[in-house]
Amino acid sequence: MSQSTPPSETLIRTKNLTKRFGRVLANDAINFKVKRGEIYALLGENGAGKSTLMNMLSGVYTPDEGEIRVHGKKVFFRSPEDSIRCGIGMIYQHFKLIEVMTALENIIIGRREDLLISTSGIRRRVMEIAKRYGLPLDPDKKVYDMSVGEKQTVEIMKVLYRGADILILDEPTAVLTPQETHNLFSILRRMKDEGCGVIIITHKLHEVMEISDWVTVLRKGQNVGNVKTSETSHKKLADLMVGRSLDLSIEHVHMEHKSPALEVRDLTLTDHEHVNKISSLSFTLFSGEILGVAGISGSGQKELCEAMAGLYPVHSGDIVYKGESIVGLSSREIIDKGITMSFIPEDRLGMGLVASMDLTDNVILKDYYQSPGLFVDRKSAQEKTVKIIKDFNIQTPGPHHPVKLLSGGNIQKVLLGREIMSRPHLLITAYPTRGLDIASSYLIYDYINREKKKGTPILYVGEDLDVLLELCDRIMVLCDGKATGIVDADQTTKETLGLLMAGETLDSIERMAHDSDR
Amino acid sequence: MIQIVKKGEISKKQKILIHLSALFLALLTASLFILLMDHNPLKVYFSMIQGAFGTTYRLSETIIKTIPLVITSLGIALAFRMKFWNIGAEGQIIMGAFGASWFALSFPHLPSWLLLPLMALGGFVGGGLWALIPAFFRARFRTNETIFTLMLNYIALKWITYLQNGPWKDPGALGFPKIPNFDEHAVLPRLFGIHIGWLIALVLVILSALFINKTKKGYEIQVIGESENTARYAGINVPGTILTTIFLSGALCGLTGMIEASAINKTLSVEITGGVGYTAIITAWLANLKEPLIVIVSFLFAAMIQGSSYIQMAFQIPQSAAEILQGLILFFILGSEFFIRYRIHFRRNPAKGGS
Repeated sequence: MSQSTPPSETLIRTKNLTKRFGRVLANDAINFKVKRGEIYALLGENGAGKSTLMNMLSGVYTPDEGEIRVHGKKVFFRSPEDSIRCGIGMIYQHFKLIEVMTALENIIIGRREDLLISTSGIRRRVMEIAKRYGLPLDPDKKVYDMSVGEKQTVEIMKVLYRGADILILDEPTAVLTPQETHNLFSILRRMKDEGCGVIIITHKLHEVMEISDWVTVLRKGQNVGNVKTSETSHKKLADLMVGRSLDLSIEHVHMEHKSPALEVRDLTLTDHEHVNKISSLSFTLFSGEILGVAGISGSGQKELCEAMAGLYPVHSGDIVYKGESIVGLSSREIIDKGITMSFIPEDRLGMGLVASMDLTDNVILKDYYQSPGLFVDRKSAQEKTVKIIKDFNIQTPGPHHPVKLLSGGNIQKVLLGREIMSRPHLLITAYPTRGLDIASSYLIYDYINREKKKGTPILYVGEDLDVLLELCDRIMVLCDGKATGIVDADQTTKETLGLLMAGETLDSIERMAHDSDR
Repeated sequence: MIQIVKKGEISKKQKILIHLSALFLALLTASLFILLMDHNPLKVYFSMIQGAFGTTYRLSETIIKTIPLVITSLGIALAFRMKFWNIGAEGQIIMGAFGASWFALSFPHLPSWLLLPLMALGGFVGGGLWALIPAFFRARFRTNETIFTLMLNYIALKWITYLQNGPWKDPGALGFPKIPNFDEHAVLPRLFGIHIGWLIALVLVILSALFINKTKKGYEIQVIGESENTARYAGINVPGTILTTIFLSGALCGLTGMIEASAINKTLSVEITGGVGYTAIITAWLANLKEPLIVIVSFLFAAMIQGSSYIQMAFQIPQSAAEILQGLILFFILGSEFFIRYRIHFRRNPAKGGS
């Protein structure tokens, strides 16, 4: 890092940067620059080309056309190694740390030239850097003892130690609680003051407004706007991202008659290593209610949904549906009871849809066996598919188009369309809008609300707290497999949810509030 | 600097064009090799075609070589559709032949109309059960079926060696280790000059296509092949379907064994497969696991084998040379798959990296 350069120096400038994957133009002549001492938000929906652009800057991809200039010098990265040598450090969403090593060991690992330097010398240098940027770092703590936020700090330290003065963070807040996010943002502001350039990739608008100085919006591989954060708004950014004007409110349906539909009693789920994934969880789901489930990813949401669908063994406890236990039933028996689960795992096509099959074959996935005879009844299936395509406005050349060739939003609509067409008695849905563009997400919320109006009980596992607060009636917060609280959505705040996600209980939060009052 | 770039979906026409140019390049490369041996490549290729299709006899030989390839490919394709990498067809053919031979040798005096169906049953069950072993371990303990099926091939082979040197040794063979020849009743009849296996093969092609594309079981197999998680989610009995499918896959291969033992060898021997179990993996894959294409690809493959054995005699080329020819064609065709998926991008004037 050279301190002598003036603060307004341009760190990175790209000119007509272009990258193609097959026929897809992932980045189309992107012009973009990063100046010293400023935070840039790179905003765009999934598939807009954010990751492609960042991967070119960090040397993972090589551009097809165009050039990158770093510190005014034209560069050509052949590997991430080249990029880091130019002072660009990338922090990925998934940490690349070695669990059994300490923070310090993780920071210096893989740097051969440092083997000859004394450990105490390295330690001093690391701590100097940490102090300068205000990073709370315990160099001797093992990674497996660290919280997600601490791990992220180590990752940031790693690239700073290698001399990076340009930091790229890929969706850094996706795995953080609101409090951890707050800490991260103060670190980023400190780095900005120290003269670094920071790029943060995100699709959360309120974070963009909070932290960035400039926003670059990508849409369909093109740079559709570089705007100053202070001169823009939520709405303007969303419109830029989508390309047209949007109504950003989610309807909240009020239902009168509520009766208990599903009761989970003292449920405990363990994985094959006997680790508790869900511990003594109890809750009731009412008809005509959307019960939201919040929590950092991996807090047991997946296991809970799978257990309710008969796909995960129940260790102890009971799941009672309409007075009858469904524990131990096969997934087909549960499907026959009208309980449907549309689980959207990380990889959208992993469960629920068959990627290479066409729409029709996907629509029949859960009821093909009900038709009489040996053969699959594809004729009535096709009629049903055509109806789903029409009702859900799915963009497809026809009912015999492979689903994997559809866009993310349309794939999701096929899945949700099938589940809703089956007239479910209970709908379990997890991350149904993950990876969807804004417009499609709102359509999905509409469909879920429409089901609610019919009186269907709905379990909605989500990650965006704003959405959970608006859409759901009650929210259950999971932390490490335990319910830290079930709260009414209209009587709680994001901060409370955040504390619950971090493992606080409602009692301890109240006590804290009480203490601060005094 | 060379970059490898993934291609998008390409049209059928382009695909065929790439395959044809691969074939052309293979023949071109092989020409150099033939020239080295002081032969005229054009003449050699021409007689290959003549050797495969030139006379009725040669054509019928080609068809006879096609039959086991087709049936075995069907069996392999069934397993591959489920992404169960069954490379144990060789062993399943052998055990099928063993099952059929047991009936043929135990009840030689039964009339043909009874004995032949029994032998077919023996072949079907023999091959099926042999395939069921790895299927069971895969379904129950998630073992790797590739290694498992491969290893079982050698066990099956040694089992026949044992039989032929021990309990089933023909006392009339003057000490030569061989299993006695079948009785006349145990030999498949002919239809239009070729043993009836061709008709069986065609019927099986139609049945297989119907099974995989139209039935519920076929649908389940395809879902499992795509994602076991999705299959579980849809309520499909995954272990059960794996067992049934692999039994059928092995059973089809076992039928190949029965046909070969009955119609061609008229006995059981260690050479019963002639490597069909391995060749059929290639034909099934090249045919994209599609039943009608399997017939065409198997026929072309049989023609290549038949043609190259003909040029051995016609040009006094050693067998190994003919095999090199086969190998080259295969190498180029399989290699061309790369160009269907990727394109190579040459970058001019690479600027300096780093700083």
